[in-house]
Amino acid sequence: MSSASDVTDAAIVQAFAAIPALLDRAPALIARGRLLDCECLLGPINHPFHVTIRAGRIVDLTPAPVLMRSWRFSYRASTVAWAEHWRAPPRPGFHDLLALTKRGEAMLEGDLHPFMAHLQYFKELLALPRHDFVGSGS
Amino acid sequence: MNGAIEPIVGRYVHVDIGGEMHRIYFEESGAGIPLVCLHTAGADGRQWRHLLADEEFTKNFRIIAFDMPWHGKSNPPASWDGSEYQLTTARYTETIRAFCRTLKMDKPVVMGCSIGGRIVLNLAIDHADEFRALIGLEAADFQAPWYDTAWLNRPDVHGGEICAALVSGLIAPQSPDASRTETLWAYKQGGPGVFKGDLYFYRVDGDLRGRVARIDTKVCPLFLLTGEYDFSCTPEDTKRTAAAIGGASVTIMEQLGHFPMSENPEQFRRYISPVLGEILKQSTQT
Repeated sequence: MSSASDVTDAAIVQAFAAIPALLDRAPALIARGRLLDCECLLGPINHPFHVTIRAGRIVDLTPAPVLMRSWRFSYRASTVAWAEHWRAPPRPGFHDLLALTKRGEAMLEGDLHPFMAHLQYFKELLALPRHDFVGSGS
Repeated sequence: MNGAIEPIVGRYVHVDIGGEMHRIYFEESGAGIPLVCLHTAGADGRQWRHLLADEEFTKNFRIIAFDMPWHGKSNPPASWDGSEYQLTTARYTETIRAFCRTLKMDKPVVMGCSIGGRIVLNLAIDHADEFRALIGLEAADFQAPWYDTAWLNRPDVHGGEICAALVSGLIAPQSPDASRTETLWAYKQGGPGVFKGDLYFYRVDGDLRGRVARIDTKVCPLFLLTGEYDFSCTPEDTKRTAAAIGGASVTIMEQLGHFPMSENPEQFRRYISPVLGEILKQSTQT
């Protein structure tokens, strides 16, 4: 991966679209989320996805906006933040979802209960593209 | 190796803290300069097991790690009625001084991590002449909060899971998986509300901004070491703190986070070895 600032929103969106397939190949993570059913909004700040999770599996991932669709919580980060988060290894300050919120590169909104009650699940879910991401725009 | 027995010995000592006897569990190894190690919030002394088993360090140091009351194998005191546990600056300071006094240590070195690093600064401010040297890991006079501690103890969120998941991000990505898992295990084992109660000291009662300038490192040398991946106590927090203290030694540790001694013991050894060497040198010169 080249400089994170070169990464395009389209590359991040493409990587997000691949997360359900990556999750299907991570049975331990699915097991961690076995009691989780949730609708949430995840992704880049300007191009997030509506994500439907049932028993730890993503059963639907649709680009927002969708007319009148609800979500419990939203975690959205800048393009640079996702590109840095998916470096292997990530740089200090970009290596954790809450490090990103602390530095103002990500926003956590809504009813946080499902996110906090399954925090390790969401940390691992949103790190899944790390080893496949090559999203340079160049 | 099958059958290997480690040199660490664990015992209980009865310590009068604030007028009440506490049964404190501690582990120790080695002989020489007493080196007391303070665990992080919501954890226990097991975090220091690699240091206590280090043959090189234990040649010259009697390394001691104790579990704070409510932590590890140190139970709450007999008078505890189940009310909310809250660690204060005064209580934490008294606990450390009482432990050292009860074990009759001669000017010990104290090394603390996280809340242990913060209280080390308070020891340097108010009680420097009782100590040979002070080492603060992941230490700062203040750091900006990054989550609401109310999440740590509520009936609809698993306390062990949330405590471990929150701090998991403070471990450097380069740390070995087994060490990461072991570090987080202590957080999964903590008593309900104990991590949150420790953070009362960290977030509310223990703000040392404006006080650290009183530290005189000629009375007691002060070493501050912080991992580059610690976004709770950031390297900038530690550097800002040290800038107000004349003579404080600052080291930023690469490929380490908030739990250097347990998340990656080999990497931590590279940084703590010269510090202990310097303390040993100063001790033999005086």
